[in-house]
Amino acid sequence: MATSVQRTSQLTMADLKGKADPDWCPGCGDFGVLAALQKALVELRIPNHNIVTISGIGCSSNLPGYVNTYGMHTLHGRALAVATGLKLANHELTILVTGGDGDGFGIGGNHFVHSMRRNVDLLYIVMDNQIYGLTTGQTSPTSRVGMKTKSMPFGNIEAPVNPISLALAAGATFIARGFSGEQKHLTELIKQGIEHRGFSFLDVFSPCVTYNHDNTYQWFRPRVKKLEDDPAYDPADWTAAMERSLLWGEEIPIGKFFERTDVPTLHGAEPVLNEGPLVHRDLRVPPDVARSFIEELM
Amino acid sequence: MKQTFAIGIGGAAGQGVATPGDIFAKIFSRRGLNLNAYNAYQSIIRGGHTFLTIRTGPEKVTNMGDRIDLLIPLNQDSMDRHLNLLTAGASCIYNADTIKPGSAADGVQLCPLPVSELADITRNKIAQNTLAIGAGLHMMAVGFPALEEVLREQFKKKGDAVIAENVGVARAGYDYAAAHFTAFAKPLPKTDNRYAIVSGNTAMAMGGAAAGVKFYCAYPMSPSTGVLHWMAAHARKAGIMVRQVEDEIGVINMAIGAAHSGVRAMCATSGGGFALMSEGLGMSAMIETPVVVIDCQRAGPSTGVPTKTEQGDLWQMLGAAFGDYPRIIAAPLDIGDCFKLIPEIFNLADRFQCPGLVLCDLLLSEGRLSVHPNDLDFSPPIDRGELITTANGASSAAPTNGGYKRYKITESGISPRAVPGLPGYVHTAATDEHQEDGVLISDEFTNPIKRRAMMEKRMRKVAGIEAAVPPPVLSGPPNADVTLIGWGSTSGVIEEACELLNEQGISANQLQIRWLVPLHGEAILEILRGSRHTIIIENNYSGQFARYLRSETSFVPSGHIRKYDGEPFMPHHIVDAVKEQLAGNTKLSVPMHEIMV
Repeated sequence: MATSVQRTSQLTMADLKGKADPDWCPGCGDFGVLAALQKALVELRIPNHNIVTISGIGCSSNLPGYVNTYGMHTLHGRALAVATGLKLANHELTILVTGGDGDGFGIGGNHFVHSMRRNVDLLYIVMDNQIYGLTTGQTSPTSRVGMKTKSMPFGNIEAPVNPISLALAAGATFIARGFSGEQKHLTELIKQGIEHRGFSFLDVFSPCVTYNHDNTYQWFRPRVKKLEDDPAYDPADWTAAMERSLLWGEEIPIGKFFERTDVPTLHGAEPVLNEGPLVHRDLRVPPDVARSFIEELM
Repeated sequence: MKQTFAIGIGGAAGQGVATPGDIFAKIFSRRGLNLNAYNAYQSIIRGGHTFLTIRTGPEKVTNMGDRIDLLIPLNQDSMDRHLNLLTAGASCIYNADTIKPGSAADGVQLCPLPVSELADITRNKIAQNTLAIGAGLHMMAVGFPALEEVLREQFKKKGDAVIAENVGVARAGYDYAAAHFTAFAKPLPKTDNRYAIVSGNTAMAMGGAAAGVKFYCAYPMSPSTGVLHWMAAHARKAGIMVRQVEDEIGVINMAIGAAHSGVRAMCATSGGGFALMSEGLGMSAMIETPVVVIDCQRAGPSTGVPTKTEQGDLWQMLGAAFGDYPRIIAAPLDIGDCFKLIPEIFNLADRFQCPGLVLCDLLLSEGRLSVHPNDLDFSPPIDRGELITTANGASSAAPTNGGYKRYKITESGISPRAVPGLPGYVHTAATDEHQEDGVLISDEFTNPIKRRAMMEKRMRKVAGIEAAVPPPVLSGPPNADVTLIGWGSTSGVIEEACELLNEQGISANQLQIRWLVPLHGEAILEILRGSRHTIIIENNYSGQFARYLRSETSFVPSGHIRKYDGEPFMPHHIVDAVKEQLAGNTKLSVPMHEIMV
């Protein structure tokens, strides 16, 4: 993220344990995402008071309460908008946004697209379980065609959104996919996403053990193939990334699809922030400037 | 009666109604005169009919008044619509080449300008406008140098040739009037005062800058967009981050995100955008992050009448977002107040850590008023409330590590507020119900005792807010025949209606409401107990304020005056309605707006 990110001398997993314990179902993929996030933060040694974890609403959006950083548990679908405002007001903070596929691609789809084209400097982790869990099992924007849920008991007839292709088209500058069952790999992707300057999007397969009986750990394990294992794959190649993003079936790529570092971040492109974060500024308009504002009207 | 002079300029959008308006306004202002300008227009960029009224005078001019002294129709349509409304003493200046006058009332002077003889219309497309300005100013006994000075500024960027051309055309109009038209009975007065000419939107934006707003975001929506335009144009000078967002849901959430960092954040919209913001207002109250939201009302429902004024959003604002939560709602009384109110409401929102809502309307947002520069105070009192920052001791925060309670239960309901980035105060702010340390109650166990305590903590702020806001006061003679009750932008027109009634032997006083929440119902009842006849005046169909006042106090007024045709009240609408109600003819008057725009 920012070049001037402060590092603390020591940070342990215990330091990052939140005030509450997760209330996710036993076996939920989100446990793996939380653990990988905490491991990544320990390794990056960013002081926890300089991190804000922001979520929307849903099972996975309860995550901010389980990690000992500043946190915001906002409204359904709105985490990215809140995060953008917070980052622009204090760009020295490291911003993590977490949530689910319904939160991010359904109700929050508008903010998702616009945050990416703006290249807001944050890491957005979507715990993608292809189902609505907290509302007890309805079709989500990433549910496959044919999937039977309480809201579509005769099978989903709508094509799912492809989060990776969408992110590529919308202009995200770091795009990756992880799997909750691949801890080391996921931790590495989170670290890279935090260190990337710009909008980092990380879609994580995080199986719902209660409501999604199609996309289970057992279903994912033989299918996921790491892009990092393919020496020919170049994450700087947008067209190649778009091609790989369309793969779905017997082989599903995970890993870093795409990264570019030549696009200015939103806060970096805004000259108003040249003098440092807004939050540290004097509230008063200088008297000569105030006078000039009034004189314009006379 | 106050001495005022009003000019009406009518034409199609794109014909250049605004520029003569700006020129007149500058000249009046530089003569030390007050002015009030209101532009009735349509939601089209080219064509249609717009009508700009500029009323000026040596004393405060609070509204557009009842009378046009000088009509300048720029096309036949404007002539046809407005000429028959002129009365004795008025004049109408028009292009004799293209416009035919209808029949005017006795004592109205028709002033045809032979435009193609006086100017080269193949070169100068706006010659008729410039000629009319010159002619009009001669008839008001304003010296030509005042016009020349303004034209030089107006065309500065276009070079000397264009300046000379336009000054020449203006001079031709000025001289033609001297030779052919009768001047107005009273020359335009002059004083030593100097005023700024401010729209309500500019005033609210500047008020935000004065309040220390560092983050402003918006989605364009008439009639609020002027706030965004001022903010965007002055952002770099004022050190304000200004963003145009994808929708109003994004706007309110982005503003709250910025506010959560500790900066003052503001946004403005109209009723439709405000509807989208509702859920966000509940979040502001629940996570106790203050934000200021302006609703510039236009005529609804739905897309409604986008360029017309109304006071129809009161109940939307009273009921915005589900659940009970503390909120502050204020309606500015005039354009000067649009400036003054913003720092005041920020102080309250900061102190009580809840949303501060401003209920403005198109009449003020897009109207213009002369405001004394001293009333645009960029050093207002600033009170951030119980905000913990590095500046006030957070650096010695280490001992509080782990013990800080963001939502500490206090007698006032206010909990000291730490912002992200401070060591020792790490916590999560949640829209789920939470306990004192921020942990979600629903994540731990369902706990009615904690829920009740937290609800009562937040709602205790309501009493504090009420104590922090002054009750309304009655203005005008005590023991009057009639008390006129209004809220927000009707302040000026009701004030003038009272003056006219008093001149006509009907003693009238006024109770104007600025703070809608808290309302101070007891104080209002106390005032109204002494009134003989009470009439509530508002710019909406159902009497939204009347219903609100009744719901809070059980008070039922003697009568109502309402208007919901999109145009603002004119003083005579109120005067005539008061008379018919005092005569016992009706309890509900809905004045007809004579000029159909």
